[in-house]
Amino acid sequence: MDPEVSAVRLTVWEAVHILSSSEDGGRIFCTLGSLKRYLGETENSALPEEQEEFARIHFSTFLRCLVGKLSPDWLELLPDGQMEELWASFFLEGPADQAFLVLMESIEGAASPSFRLMKMARLLARFLSVGRMAAVMEGQCQQQAGPAFPLLQETLLTKVVGLPDLLGNRLQWENLATFFPQNYFPLLGEEVLRVLQVVVDSLRGGLDCSVSFLSQVLGKACVHGRQKEVLGVLVPRLTVLTQGSCLWQRVCWCLVERVPDWAMEAVLKGFVEAAPGPEVLSRLLGNLVTKSKKAQFVMTRKLLFLQYSCTMPMLQSLLGYLAMDSQRRSLLMQALKELLETWGSSSAIRHVPLVQQCYVSKAILICLAHLGEAELRDSQDELLASLMEGVKSRLDSSLPPVRRLGMIVAEVASARIHPEGPPLKFQYEEDELTREMLALAMPQPTADGPSEAGPSFAPVSGETPDRETVDRSGPQVGPEGSDSELDSDDEFVPYDMSVDREQRSSKAPSYVRGCLEALTGSKDWERWEAALRALEGLIFRSPAATQEVSVELAKVLLHLEEKTAVAGFEGLRQRTLVAVTVTDPARVAEYLTAQFYALNYSLRQRMDILDVLTLAAQELSRPGRLGKAPQRGSPDPGSQPGGAVVPAWRAVVEERVRRKTRWFSKGSVGRAPAVGPNEFNSVAGYFFFPLLQHFDRPLVTFDLLGGDQLVLGRLAHTLGALMYLAVNTTVAVPMGKALLEFVWALRFHGDAYVRRGLLSAVSAVLLSVPAERLLADLLDELLEARSWLGDVAEKDPDEDCRLLAVKALLLLEKLRDKLLLLSSP
Amino acid sequence: MAAPPLPPPDPQFVLRGAQSAVHALHFCEGAQGQGRPLLLSGSLRGLVHIWSLQTRRVVATLDGHGGQCVTWLQTLPQGPQLLSQGRDLKLCVWDLAEGRNAIVDSVLLESMGFCRGSVLAGGLQRWMLAVPGRGSDEVQILEMPSKTSVCSLKPEAQARPGMPMCLQLWQADSSPRPLLLAGYEDGSVALWDVSSRKVCSRVACHTEPVMGLDFDSQEARGVSGSAEKTLAVWSLDEQQALQVRGTHVLTNPGIADIKIRPDRRILATAGWDHCVRVFHWRTMKPLAVLAFHSATVHCVAFAADGLLATGSGDQRISVWSLYPCT
Repeated sequence: MDPEVSAVRLTVWEAVHILSSSEDGGRIFCTLGSLKRYLGETENSALPEEQEEFARIHFSTFLRCLVGKLSPDWLELLPDGQMEELWASFFLEGPADQAFLVLMESIEGAASPSFRLMKMARLLARFLSVGRMAAVMEGQCQQQAGPAFPLLQETLLTKVVGLPDLLGNRLQWENLATFFPQNYFPLLGEEVLRVLQVVVDSLRGGLDCSVSFLSQVLGKACVHGRQKEVLGVLVPRLTVLTQGSCLWQRVCWCLVERVPDWAMEAVLKGFVEAAPGPEVLSRLLGNLVTKSKKAQFVMTRKLLFLQYSCTMPMLQSLLGYLAMDSQRRSLLMQALKELLETWGSSSAIRHVPLVQQCYVSKAILICLAHLGEAELRDSQDELLASLMEGVKSRLDSSLPPVRRLGMIVAEVASARIHPEGPPLKFQYEEDELTREMLALAMPQPTADGPSEAGPSFAPVSGETPDRETVDRSGPQVGPEGSDSELDSDDEFVPYDMSVDREQRSSKAPSYVRGCLEALTGSKDWERWEAALRALEGLIFRSPAATQEVSVELAKVLLHLEEKTAVAGFEGLRQRTLVAVTVTDPARVAEYLTAQFYALNYSLRQRMDILDVLTLAAQELSRPGRLGKAPQRGSPDPGSQPGGAVVPAWRAVVEERVRRKTRWFSKGSVGRAPAVGPNEFNSVAGYFFFPLLQHFDRPLVTFDLLGGDQLVLGRLAHTLGALMYLAVNTTVAVPMGKALLEFVWALRFHGDAYVRRGLLSAVSAVLLSVPAERLLADLLDELLEARSWLGDVAEKDPDEDCRLLAVKALLLLEKLRDKLLLLSSP
Repeated sequence: MAAPPLPPPDPQFVLRGAQSAVHALHFCEGAQGQGRPLLLSGSLRGLVHIWSLQTRRVVATLDGHGGQCVTWLQTLPQGPQLLSQGRDLKLCVWDLAEGRNAIVDSVLLESMGFCRGSVLAGGLQRWMLAVPGRGSDEVQILEMPSKTSVCSLKPEAQARPGMPMCLQLWQADSSPRPLLLAGYEDGSVALWDVSSRKVCSRVACHTEPVMGLDFDSQEARGVSGSAEKTLAVWSLDEQQALQVRGTHVLTNPGIADIKIRPDRRILATAGWDHCVRVFHWRTMKPLAVLAFHSATVHCVAFAADGLLATGSGDQRISVWSLYPCT
């Protein structure tokens, strides 16, 4: 060893000795001051070799010694906190990585609530606030002298990212605000940015630098779930910095590329989330997806297929990013193919939650918006094949949202993929979702779109007044000039003109039989329509006459076709059928249930039968029905001109009565609820049991257990409704038993709609059958149902099914509580 | 816009007791300043009822048309004299002064059509009457009370407009020449210069017979309704040429009568669909649909104070007060 080296070592030993033994403040101060020479930056600093040796070998030892000395008495050795200042300066000015490690180490080692712990924590906060963290990371980037010691780097990495956790654990309630994750990570982001600035500067100066430590810090922070905090600071700044500078772009790409695979997903997701658009994302990430397998997996599979948590702007950024470069476009095409395949797979339709299906559909639309016609044409056949399969299985689904998704995607996609073919056009209701999806299908506007739209609005708004005046001074107005005096007429407010409707010239029949004739034999369509409109009222007015021809009427109505465009035909027919059923429940229900399983009916008719039975049962079971029955037959408002006048008149009279009446006390004002026996009681069996009879026997045209699952679902719902309406009837118990058997037979049905029906049927049983009878007669079925419900509540892919199962389970619980309550006293 | 529309209005009151369909209505301004005007109605059974709008009762019943439908009622400004036209081919002149109700004169008509007559009285003792004439397409002009036939307006042979369906005599403020607007069976409206017995202008407004027309001479603009679904608005330029300015489509076909309110702000149509429709006259904006009657509305009439009366086949006369006159 040469003498200079020993000199440093001797000085340090001596200093350590003095520190550990001396109580003399002045002497310690001098010793420390002499050591400061080795940190440089003073006028009489030591030789560079000495400094380097001190930093490399003795600095941590010395710092540990300093930490060991820390106590209130020791700091008091010199007045005015000089000692503390000097003490801290070693940490703040010495080599940052070592100082940081010693700081963290001593914080870890200090007794939990202690003077030393707080002092060290404050020092660490100061360390952070003066930007030493950047120095720590910078040190790791500029490893000119050979590769970094991996273990040290690993430790540093853990400490840098784990700092908030460590401090939080050590300090508990005394934690400082700087160390809160929401404050620390943005700071870390700033520091990373500063280091990047240094790296860029040194690259400009021709020095080699490595950003891999930064990448690791970034990756680790993101894996810890702090993407928002770190990238929220980084991405906007990087967006600006990379705008004009190639060097910055390269550094940025490097930063992302070096992110270890285990952190790639977290980092990329963070970037996609934080980037304001595909252009920015493309600038920040470069061709990352083509270079890194992991990144490719994350971007083209994980975020598209395995997760569905991205928001629409994220998804648009992501797919837009893929579309922006020719190297990446093949990936986009690949993604579209796979998306369509997933979208079209019938098992996915059944087992994937609706939200995810929606997500995939939206992704498809965005892909289509980005891809050009030529690209689409290249793989037209493949795309069309999966699209058509998907459309078919989606339209088969009994869930309206699934069908609607199928329609929208089919319309848009077929127009894009196969533009020369005839356009597909479906009828679906417009709502929030459809509008959103159709908007996604529009090609994205370019970045400067909004500024273009700005001026184009101005002339339009300037035009409108002109156009308005043109409208008003339309052709009907006579010579100008003379009507200026009449301008005040505009305040004439029109009255409600809803009574203004087309007049029907044909006289409606006045008897039920007349209607029957008109509906069957008449070639006079006006009369036919008038008969249809009048029938419901007639049925309610003359129940006896209706009962004579009830089955005939039901037959006619069931087979009635809409031969002319009658507004509200379906509703009219249904209401009338319900009226017939209510008037003569036993016979008509018998007829209708028999027809449900008969040959040669359309699905529509069969579902009509179910609807009518439900509505009629509801009407029959309504308490106090008889008192109010005539109100049901709402007469055509046109036929009763005075009808509309009545309410206003009544309001006036009531108001007058109210004013002139003096109330001495307020009794109960509300009317007592109507009471009466459940009329459904005597006929429930006619409605219910025949429907259960043949569901497992397929006909040529009608196979409930096969393709006609929509009707099966409707049947399950109907049975549930009938069960529910049979509350307080004597027949409820056998009905419940039969229904539970039905449910048991179908409990593993693949269609979500059917399962929903079954689940609601179970709930109906629980609600309608008295608790004691449930336990006495249906115990086994109930236990079986319970285990099934538990399964469904946990595992069913359909959200509604799970919800319904939970509801049924809750009902069971309630039932149990009630029984316990009964048996306890 | 946000406020819901006003509920449809109700009639102010309803006059019952005509005992048959009401085919003609006319407000008679109380001659001796009796306050509220009288309302005259002509019924299918040939009776003319005089209603007091104060008591809302029949004041007098005139029976002069032998049980045949009364199609037109008109009072003359000089003295309380009433003209009533009936389907018995008679036009009676009644004297209503001082509670009298006697026929003082009558004109025999020669046309069996439904065309109502028209009167032009300039406040003089002499007045002009236009009624459908002997030939099926003729209009006869008479000078009253002398009953001398002034002329007969016969369209040119090749025009073939069919029968006249409705007439309106009027006189521009600027010239003393009496003019006649006539709606014809073929849906055209023609303007006749009575003195020269020439058609000044003729315009095809409808494809069905013109059932009623009214003319606003101050704005030189008129409106006509026919058996079809549209109202036509036409105007007259300085060269006395008629021009269709626009059409307005109704919900149901058939207009029996059409009247512009004397203050020229709204107009009312009597519809075959039992509805009375009220429009803003300047813009033709629909303002109200009065769906009170349960049979065809045959006639509408406005009083000088803006009151609207409608008579219908359901034997009722309803009286409405809409959009008060200013």
